Amino acid sequence: MNAALLAPKAILGIKEDRQELSAPAVIDTSLVHPIAQPTKAHVRHLDFWYGTHQILHDVSLEIKEHCVTALIGPSGCGKTTLLRCFNRMHDLYPGNCYGGEIILNPDGLNIVCPTTDPLEMRMRIGMVFQKPNPYPKSIFENVAFGLRLRGVKGSELRDRVEWALQSAALWEETKDRLNENALSLSGGQQQRLCIARALATLPEILLLDEPTSALDPIATARIEELIDELRGRLTIIIVTHNMAQAQRVADVTAFMYLGRLVEIGPTKQIFENAAQELTREYVQGRFG
Amino acid sequence: MENMRQAIARRRRVDLIFHVLGAICTSVGIVTIALLLGFLIVKGANRISWEFFSSYPSRFPHKSGILPALVGSGLVMFVTSLLAIPIGIAAAIFLDEYAPRNWFSSLIELNITNLAGVPSIIYGLMALGVVVYWMGLGRSIAAAGITLALLILPIVITATREALRSIPREIREAAMAQGATRWQMVRHHLLPYSLSGIATGVIIALSRAIGETAPLITIGALSFIAFLPPAPIQSQPPFLSFEWLSSPFTVLPIQVFNWVSRPQPAFHEVAAAAAVVLIVFTLLLNSTAMILRKRARSRISW
Ligand SMILES: Nc1ncnc2c1ncn2[C@@H]1O[C@H](COP(=O)(O)OP(=O)(O)OP(=O)(O)O)[C@@H](O)[C@H]1O
Ligand SMILES: [Mg+2]
Repeated sequence: MNAALLAPKAILGIKEDRQELSAPAVIDTSLVHPIAQPTKAHVRHLDFWYGTHQILHDVSLEIKEHCVTALIGPSGCGKTTLLRCFNRMHDLYPGNCYGGEIILNPDGLNIVCPTTDPLEMRMRIGMVFQKPNPYPKSIFENVAFGLRLRGVKGSELRDRVEWALQSAALWEETKDRLNENALSLSGGQQQRLCIARALATLPEILLLDEPTSALDPIATARIEELIDELRGRLTIIIVTHNMAQAQRVADVTAFMYLGRLVEIGPTKQIFENAAQELTREYVQGRFG
Repeated sequence: MENMRQAIARRRRVDLIFHVLGAICTSVGIVTIALLLGFLIVKGANRISWEFFSSYPSRFPHKSGILPALVGSGLVMFVTSLLAIPIGIAAAIFLDEYAPRNWFSSLIELNITNLAGVPSIIYGLMALGVVVYWMGLGRSIAAAGITLALLILPIVITATREALRSIPREIREAAMAQGATRWQMVRHHLLPYSLSGIATGVIIALSRAIGETAPLITIGALSFIAFLPPAPIQSQPPFLSFEWLSSPFTVLPIQVFNWVSRPQPAFHEVAAAAAVVLIVFTLLLNSTAMILRKRARSRISW
């Protein structure tokens, strides 16, 4: 499986500054202390309004490069809202308004600045939605669309579609039926296809919004395995309601409540030794 | 116990009554169409022949044919489709995917819904003033095509918007999240996925246009015509000719109307035959629409 992730740079046409994604996994991920990693995105005093309704209040946190950061918190606390700030999805609907900043490293661009092009952010940051939403096209075309948008053609296109499907652990199941409609896949396969679709374009950050909430336990386990394999090569932010899942996959966990960030820290610390009383109550299932 | 059984029997009876009533109501429509078509066929059947399709109208009923009406209907529908389909689809896409939601766009939406309900004769009067005189197109095929295009534009727009709206938001978000522009999303996703829905709406709109009579009479379609418009393809350079656009014309329903209003019963037979042709066209169009719609439903289930 890992071999798929080590596809030669030549095939992928990766620029030097993106080589991490395909570089050999030299890092033993169990030893990566999240705090020791460089910061990929720095959220500073972020506010967000749906019209006049403020949803996010002064959220500040650091997303560490090549780590998995889990966002947890009770329903309606603003996890999805925060996640969708990273790729400016809120810009699709009128009346939404950002305050504060999200600094994207290494170029130090403020993602939510009005002068930053949302299209550029969506080209650089991939997203997987809660409900699997493959296009009603062939499996191949699902993965190829994002690549075509970026001008990839011909045999390179085929190679990169294959690489993405392998990375999403879907190649073996689909290599003989690439021209079949993606809607003929099972729910779990559809979600892995959506992950493949996002991976194909080598995003700097991958946003996952409750990617397994519509799936059965076996399909969920496959996706968690996949996230584990991507760790160390890709920066991942995952929203989850499942405490066990957060503990299994996340290096860093951030707990949100009523639109505010309560606490962020290494997952083990958040779940076993949280600084805030509120966090302790939530992770022990005493409210939420 | 006995009470419950009685109650069940009573409810069953009510159910049965509705079943029968519903069946009767449904058959009213089908029987009427069948009777109408049967009546027309019996009356006009022996008139339908190759000559009927290839001759001009005449003073003599047995020599009369529908060639100019057929050609006129075809050319007018061609102009109508050429205008109404792209404009209607573009307008629908703009309203649904681009236009900001404000009082102005609501006003436009309201107007489009209302336009669909305006009597067709009003379109004729408007077209007479604007298209025939003000734009100076005269009583031509172009004027007729424009008139009918305006008439069916609201239908095309509404059908397209419905087809677009049946595509879930998640699909739009997926495409946008991958870095597509709105146009790329429309072009590569929304249009392909809503194609059969749009086609259904367009065909239904065209089948409405093909039977329209009042607005075309208003703008001055001829009812007796013994020549064809100039052919669009010429044997000499520049090979293409657009003269037919400014040619006088007649269409099938007007031809039918003309024959029906004559005193000689023999002409009524001719009218019946022409009416059969018109109805068959309309039914063909509508069944195509139905097949397309069914295909769309079975192919994509969101
Ligand atoms: N389009 C919208 N317009 C107005 N308010 C919204 C909109 N979408 C979400 N909200 C509100 O924003 C708040 C946060 O919503 P959000 O979806 O971010 O919560 P969440 O933490 O992802 O919840 P869940 O765990 O249930 O997915 C909620 O109170 C919700 O009612
Ligand atoms: Mg959510």
